Amino acid sequence: MTTATLHDVRLSGAASDRNYFNDEYGALSWFLTKDHKRIAILYLISVSVLFVIGGFFAMMMRIELLTPEGDLLTSDTYNKFFTMHGVVMIFFFLIPVIPAVLGNFLLPLQIGAKDLAFPKINLLSWYLYMLAAGIGLIVIVTGGVDTGWTFYTPFSTQYSNTHVFGTTFAGFIAGFSSILTGLNFIVTIHRMRAPGLTWYRLPLFVWALYATSIVMLLATPVLAITLVMLMIERTVGVGFFDPALGGDPVLYQHMFWFYSHPAVYIMILPAMGVASDVVAAFTRKKIFGYRFVAFSSLAIAFLGFLVWAHHLFVAGISVYSAMIFAFLTFFVAVPSAIKVFNWTATLYKASVSWQTPMLYIMGFIGLFTIGGVTGLFLASLGLDIHVTDTYFVVAHFHYVMVGGTVMAYLAGIHYWWPKITGRMYPEWWARLAALLVFVGFNLTFFPQFILGYVGMPRRYHAYAPEFQVLNVLSTAGASVLAVGYMLPIFYLIWSIWNGRPAGKNPWGAVGLEWTTSSPPPKENFHETPVVTWEAYDYPGMMKAMGETQHV
Amino acid sequence: MADTTEHHQLEHAPHVHVTPLWIYIAVFLALAVGTIVTYLASLVDLGMWNTPVALIIATIKAVLVILFFMHVIHSTRLTWVTVVGSFLWLGILFVLTFADYLTRGWSLFK
Repeated sequence: MTTATLHDVRLSGAASDRNYFNDEYGALSWFLTKDHKRIAILYLISVSVLFVIGGFFAMMMRIELLTPEGDLLTSDTYNKFFTMHGVVMIFFFLIPVIPAVLGNFLLPLQIGAKDLAFPKINLLSWYLYMLAAGIGLIVIVTGGVDTGWTFYTPFSTQYSNTHVFGTTFAGFIAGFSSILTGLNFIVTIHRMRAPGLTWYRLPLFVWALYATSIVMLLATPVLAITLVMLMIERTVGVGFFDPALGGDPVLYQHMFWFYSHPAVYIMILPAMGVASDVVAAFTRKKIFGYRFVAFSSLAIAFLGFLVWAHHLFVAGISVYSAMIFAFLTFFVAVPSAIKVFNWTATLYKASVSWQTPMLYIMGFIGLFTIGGVTGLFLASLGLDIHVTDTYFVVAHFHYVMVGGTVMAYLAGIHYWWPKITGRMYPEWWARLAALLVFVGFNLTFFPQFILGYVGMPRRYHAYAPEFQVLNVLSTAGASVLAVGYMLPIFYLIWSIWNGRPAGKNPWGAVGLEWTTSSPPPKENFHETPVVTWEAYDYPGMMKAMGETQHV
Repeated sequence: MADTTEHHQLEHAPHVHVTPLWIYIAVFLALAVGTIVTYLASLVDLGMWNTPVALIIATIKAVLVILFFMHVIHSTRLTWVTVVGSFLWLGILFVLTFADYLTRGWSLFK
């Protein structure tokens, strides 16, 4: 065991030729791997394929909405397309993307461990994910499902003649993948931190993964049992949600959203962790109010469980209960705002490097803020009644999930790409893609706020002619966004063979992952690191470098 | 140095508590009795208490399983926090859902 100082971290060590890519060869070495880094790559490929499939459904919907008439897709097909867009994007992309790809790859590296606590369970998580995704794809090619991703009863249990059972079964299995990942992360963070790496020295990405994992463990089982109840009612006719059988359809919505609202935080919390790491690295500063940012992740994880019924304001719930949930929803904005204010305070008077990850994070902060603030519009009981089931809601959650999670994921994948592959991506192309994504995103979704406010309902393939101009703008934006999303797929793959060698720490960043070679060796570190510095100690690192240069 | 290492390892060796066999048998019998009582209770019309009584018996059985079959009774405080936390979360689901059901009949304007 040796003690690495911050100075050593920045300047020492030659890269080893052996790494997790070339340590073993052959398909089986990948499909039976227990290496968290290889499992992260398996997830990266899988979620990227699912993202393209989900994106296909989105584009088809946007093309249909170019004209007021339902001329490209029938109403039934349109119902299936928005359902499968939602199911694929939420269950198979947004929920796993940051924890399973970046979290899997980075968590052991950031805490100085050789692997996750349960490497075989980690591989099992991926196989469960693939099984679920496989069932989902079979459902898609054999006719699809038309209930909306929320599977609301009684339509899903009594009336829909599409593949409800298969889709909910896929969601049920995907849930177990998520639970096992969360369990693995929690045990790893508790038990496998390197010597000296106390809780308050952890990168905020690790704090965010910890909070996310708690939500995964506590909420996902409720989704599992809810979907099982739905499947039983649909197939056997046992009454849980059907009033004719003694059930209550609103009970389904309570149980579904008890998981699915915290699921929003499963998507956004890791994104916030990425934002903290990237902001610190590209401002060369400690994150302002580190402990507040860390504990705000836990606060969001907790408060996120208390707000679910704001999805039920027009479903016939008690007005008193609605008032309580409205108040609690306003409350959850506080820890989210703490993060935004602290990132902003970190940026204050900083010498910011405007490289691609930072561009995406600046987009993330702005778009997430818009998404969050419009969430408060929806938490307001009176206004919610006006805009429920309109495009205002569609715009709101896309600003959170796409403007938030996807932007941060793209920031993270660019920031850690040199560590993952050992190669730099082409900066010019990456900046162009970031610009296209930002412009395309806003052009797609901002008009939808206006459309929703003036009354365009969601989930219809035809609409009144006065809504066409904004819909054309939105579809044009979606085209730009699609190009912005496709570009990284091409240039990142290109860079694996043609990119400039990155070295172990191309950003001059602080953090244990940057102390090992790029790509890292199979065992991550040749010697167990001992941490003697605070999180994001950029001032200390720069001081050490200055002293070295002076000598 | 070797002594220190050995001591260090012993200090961190997991503490294994061996539960006597009779405890497992007693818990099993208690669970069997609980199942029979649940069945017998279902034959008697207790009015509004039908469901609560069944739930109370089921909860007692679940607690026995958690404490003895899952070894929580001899586990660390962190495990206790996890178990209690899980029930707390279940409580959140129940309390806030019933906050809706129990107040639906109330009217703002009479």
